[in-house]
Amino acid sequence: MRNNLLIGIAALALTACGANEDAKQAQAEEILAPTTAEFAASLQERFLDAKPGDVIEIPAGTYAFERSLSLKVDGVTIRGAGQDKTILSFKDQLAGAEGLLVTANDFTIENLAIVDSIGDALKVNEGKNIKISGIRTEWTGGPKTENGAYGIYPVQCENVLVENSIAIGASDAGIYVGQSKNIVVRNNRAEYNVAGIEVENSVGADVFGNIATNNTGGILVFNMPNLPQEGHSTRVFDNQVYENNTKNFGHAGTPVASVPAGSGVVINSNDKVEIFDNDIRDNKTANVIISSVYSTGYDGMSKAESFDPFPEGIFIYGNKFSGGGESPDGLELGGLKMIMFGKDGAFPDILWDGFADPEKMVDGEITLEHRICVQNGDIQILNADGPNGFKNPAILDGEKITCELPKLGETKVAL
Amino acid sequence: MLSDWGIVESDGDTLYLGKGSFEYDLITPLFSDYAHKLRTVHIPEGKTPRLGADGDVIEFPVGTIISKTFYYPAGAGENEVLKLSASLTASEGKLNISELHLIETRLLVRRDDGWDALPYVWNEQQTRAELKRAGDIKKLTLVEGDAKSEFAYLVPDANQCSGCHATNNTTREIVPIGPKIRHLQDSSLFNVSAPEPVFRNVDWTDQSAGLNDRARAYLDINCSHCHSRVGPADTSGLHLEPTTVLGPNLGICKTPIAAGTGTGNRKYGIIPGQPENSIFTFRMASTNPAIMMPELGRSLSHEEGVALIEDWISSLEGQCNTG
Repeated sequence: MRNNLLIGIAALALTACGANEDAKQAQAEEILAPTTAEFAASLQERFLDAKPGDVIEIPAGTYAFERSLSLKVDGVTIRGAGQDKTILSFKDQLAGAEGLLVTANDFTIENLAIVDSIGDALKVNEGKNIKISGIRTEWTGGPKTENGAYGIYPVQCENVLVENSIAIGASDAGIYVGQSKNIVVRNNRAEYNVAGIEVENSVGADVFGNIATNNTGGILVFNMPNLPQEGHSTRVFDNQVYENNTKNFGHAGTPVASVPAGSGVVINSNDKVEIFDNDIRDNKTANVIISSVYSTGYDGMSKAESFDPFPEGIFIYGNKFSGGGESPDGLELGGLKMIMFGKDGAFPDILWDGFADPEKMVDGEITLEHRICVQNGDIQILNADGPNGFKNPAILDGEKITCELPKLGETKVAL
Repeated sequence: MLSDWGIVESDGDTLYLGKGSFEYDLITPLFSDYAHKLRTVHIPEGKTPRLGADGDVIEFPVGTIISKTFYYPAGAGENEVLKLSASLTASEGKLNISELHLIETRLLVRRDDGWDALPYVWNEQQTRAELKRAGDIKKLTLVEGDAKSEFAYLVPDANQCSGCHATNNTTREIVPIGPKIRHLQDSSLFNVSAPEPVFRNVDWTDQSAGLNDRARAYLDINCSHCHSRVGPADTSGLHLEPTTVLGPNLGICKTPIAAGTGTGNRKYGIIPGQPENSIFTFRMASTNPAIMMPELGRSLSHEEGVALIEDWISSLEGQCNTG
């Protein structure tokens, strides 16, 4: 049996039968406003006392917190009245590295907003069966370097669903799924983040139906060294990835700080990635970037020897590309574009830094399963020739890039 | 109420250790905003702790109660506390608190099904402490000579207790951190003896010990409860246990993963010889909750601890590509 628990002091507002929604909300705000500190304490106590199966409802209203919230009980649902109605505000936060930290399994959070947290907004660390639905994470002052790093941040999780959510203003990634397995990210909107949606060091992810716009980079599939798990097998499809041209406002030193403004979909050092049936347009550096950790400014760092820095087995097909590539970010890329394509020209839709594993070459060709394969009309790849200091960049097209890789299976998360 | 446990009690002038409790100390303690700590253990009569298979962890019998009372020498003004490095210890089971300011007492209680963490906060009169499961914030001013710094002392909520004490982020069992062979000044108090050779951390302030050993002892007690191969910070790939060899997992030329603001625009955890360009010292010196490390348990920066880690990084040899 599922208990339906209401926060005590808010219950009054909900018993006002017959009142319309606005009146209810006004009443909730009126009742709660003078007792914000009590509400914060009572909500944290509710999280402490929760039992598996509990549904903790937070009615409409704006609630201020000075400290992080945390939940470590399995099987709990936190439910608000809507992503614009129930607002947990951390504008005056004094302590804690995130808004809400969850270390639990079988967790659902839905229909509320977490705004202006000092660090990450919603972090779920090592949980199984995590459903994040209809959430809004936002830094309300617009894109700023001092904003928290991640909006929606499940890490080291298994079976993750992020859907119908909105992430705005993160100084790293709006929606970031790290070191996880079996992931679905669908029907979300990510806007004005450095990275809109990022899947990092994760295995088995389907990212579809999302809108990523006005970020520095729209959708990122990354692998970073020195972590317990390397990622592979991500499908990015049916997304709209457009006009991700916001100046990079990330902190120098973070992996995303090297992402040029105007990046659509970026694959970095990750393997087995499919990009298909997306609408990708007007990203000023390039609509798709495929790169190695070697060209992100970290070539001198320490890496475990087992780390594979090369993006391999990348299959791009059936996307609708338009615009983009006409004004690459940074002097090097800008200069490269001028030299190759002139003032009014543009990079092709796919920019590849050119790094490939010499051990996977046969007769100077990359073996098929490790290649970048394209079946997408007449689109081209620019090989920037990174391994030779970008001396001999070249356009690749036609049969040089046309090949087929076995398609990845669907990732299913039943939550 | 804390006094219900019979572990520590106060009459407003003296703090008394309960019957059967004894005090213990750590070689190198965790930094907690310059608070002093009185640590006690009560082990049920007729039972004894056992040494764990790793020769380091002490396994306590059901019924054990570990306490840690946080206090400061009181300053002249309201909510003023003094920064004092000399240690204050109880003698003969008593601590004169007439010139002290008691803040909180945390209990770890070993029940049948594991450890329970309970934070108690002392009243103004310093006579009783009440359970505050949702934690608390105490606004204090730290006084050192003429210098005064206001800070928000954080009493952790019960979940934040496990933020540090659930050292394995998979099992999430709460465990004591201090009472291990490698941290204890006198492990014989616990009636356990570790097989030779015994590894013990050095005292981080002991100038006669090696700089590397002092720095590693400091990183161990302040960081490794999260930054281990199984801890909540294993997501970062940074492991600060004593066993981690000098390399990327110790932070050497290691790029951050999810540090956000915490990078301070620096590229690597540690750049040998360059503390001023290393993320370690940036995060240790910061008091911004989005930046600082440890992320819980302090609102002030530990100047002396930061200085130690700066000295240690200065002493390291090698280089990273800082292009």
